[in-house]
Amino acid sequence: MGAVHAHRLYVHGHSVVHRLPAECKLVALVGFVFTVVATPRTAFAGFGCYAVLLFALIKLAQIPAGFALRRVVVEAPVVVFAVLLPFVAHGPQTEVLGVGVSEPGLLAAWNILAKATLGVLAAIVFAATTEQRDFLVGLQRLRVPSLLIQIVAFMVRYLDVITDQLGRMRVARESRGFTPKGVRAWPALAKSGGALFLRSYERGERVHLAMLSRGYNGTMPVLSARSASLTDWTCALLLPGLAVLVALGGWLL
Amino acid sequence: MSRTPVVELEGVAYAYPDGHQALFGVDLRIFRGERVAVLGPNGAGKTTLALHLNGIVMPGAGVVRIDGLPVESHTLLEVRRRVGLVFQDPDDQLFMPTVRDDVAFGPANLGLRGEELEMCVADALAAVGMSEYADRPPHHLSFGQRRRVAVATVLAMRPSILVLDEPSSNLDPASRRELAEILRSLDVTLLMVTHDLPYALELCERAVILDEGTIVADGPTAELLADADLLAKHRLELPYGFSVVSPARHENPASRHPQPGSL
Repeated sequence: MGAVHAHRLYVHGHSVVHRLPAECKLVALVGFVFTVVATPRTAFAGFGCYAVLLFALIKLAQIPAGFALRRVVVEAPVVVFAVLLPFVAHGPQTEVLGVGVSEPGLLAAWNILAKATLGVLAAIVFAATTEQRDFLVGLQRLRVPSLLIQIVAFMVRYLDVITDQLGRMRVARESRGFTPKGVRAWPALAKSGGALFLRSYERGERVHLAMLSRGYNGTMPVLSARSASLTDWTCALLLPGLAVLVALGGWLL
Repeated sequence: MSRTPVVELEGVAYAYPDGHQALFGVDLRIFRGERVAVLGPNGAGKTTLALHLNGIVMPGAGVVRIDGLPVESHTLLEVRRRVGLVFQDPDDQLFMPTVRDDVAFGPANLGLRGEELEMCVADALAAVGMSEYADRPPHHLSFGQRRRVAVATVLAMRPSILVLDEPSSNLDPASRRELAEILRSLDVTLLMVTHDLPYALELCERAVILDEGTIVADGPTAELLADADLLAKHRLELPYGFSVVSPARHENPASRHPQPGSL
């Protein structure tokens, strides 16, 4: 796809991973994440293997490692929760760096942290190698209900329009001397939010009229793209396949 | 006249559900190849009139016919193929992930598939000079480019008549000129709803003035725009420094163009 501008999570490239059809990557991603989640938390070596697999994939997809690691920040709320666990959980105590913590809590925190990080990294690789349109085509090929795909498609299309509108409203507020400080600013912010909602709602109606004007009858035309071959599926399923082997090792050993 | 008008409105009246009456009995006939401007101040009912043409809004009274076909619920798909409506805000019109998909949306709804669909999309994009942008997402285009793509999205449906709602709004002078050149190059009947009088004069030989829901004047654009009293009565004004000399009073065709005044 020759789009010059792509979404912010996308890294332009022509690697094997970029070229795979989105539906294959999506199935591989979900398969990998489920396998990681199903791995026993004490199979520490297994998680090491997953990490090695993912970094090999990042290398293969020619994504700068720094870019991928920076994006991991989205899991920060999960990290905060995980870090709290050893301090609040019950059970036998143990000492880490001279601080008494709960042993099951520590294990639970490790479990959450390891699985979340691996899942997020895998999702980042998917986002960095898949364009929005291909993602929609992938969903269509996977027989996701058309209504859900339409909702995703419209969200993707209008997110920037609404963000711009929000930005213009903020500039207009501040140009009239408004400084968002403290509780007293809340009513003004809430009203801006309400106005934005109304504008978006009205835009939704106009978009619907424009769709009707061009003969829309409830079903979106199927987006066309190269369909996946057996080789594509084999390539894509290599990652979850290897992960399943690692997980089996974790269960059996 | 034996020719069937492309658009025929007979006594079209319409009130919004909230009771506000927008149109009070509009009669209008537009023939093949004509370019007609509907002029009027804000709130005159221009956009409501445009929405009647493809059955988005159904008249409370009166009849709308497109190529002799009455606009009714069972003729809607055919009517919407024949009437290409270009909305004022291109962001309302362009909603698909890429320009190509958006232009394909209309013809795909009409049942075109495969190579035929691709040809249709390529022709429409070429007609507005946007072929090289086919794979771009619409929100990464300039405003003028988005408006041109919006025109392409309806051209792809091979309409009998192109209806444009305020085509020149928010365009810089260069985009405005480019759009005018494109519109002039199209071999299609055109109806343009606007209060941009010089643009109407530039593109349309015939104009009607709509005010308070009725048509109050219908004639050659240059003649209407030369009638200062008529314009003033209906809250229409030429921009500062412009005047139009009616060809009826002066037999000099050059004087039909707006004359820059002495500033």
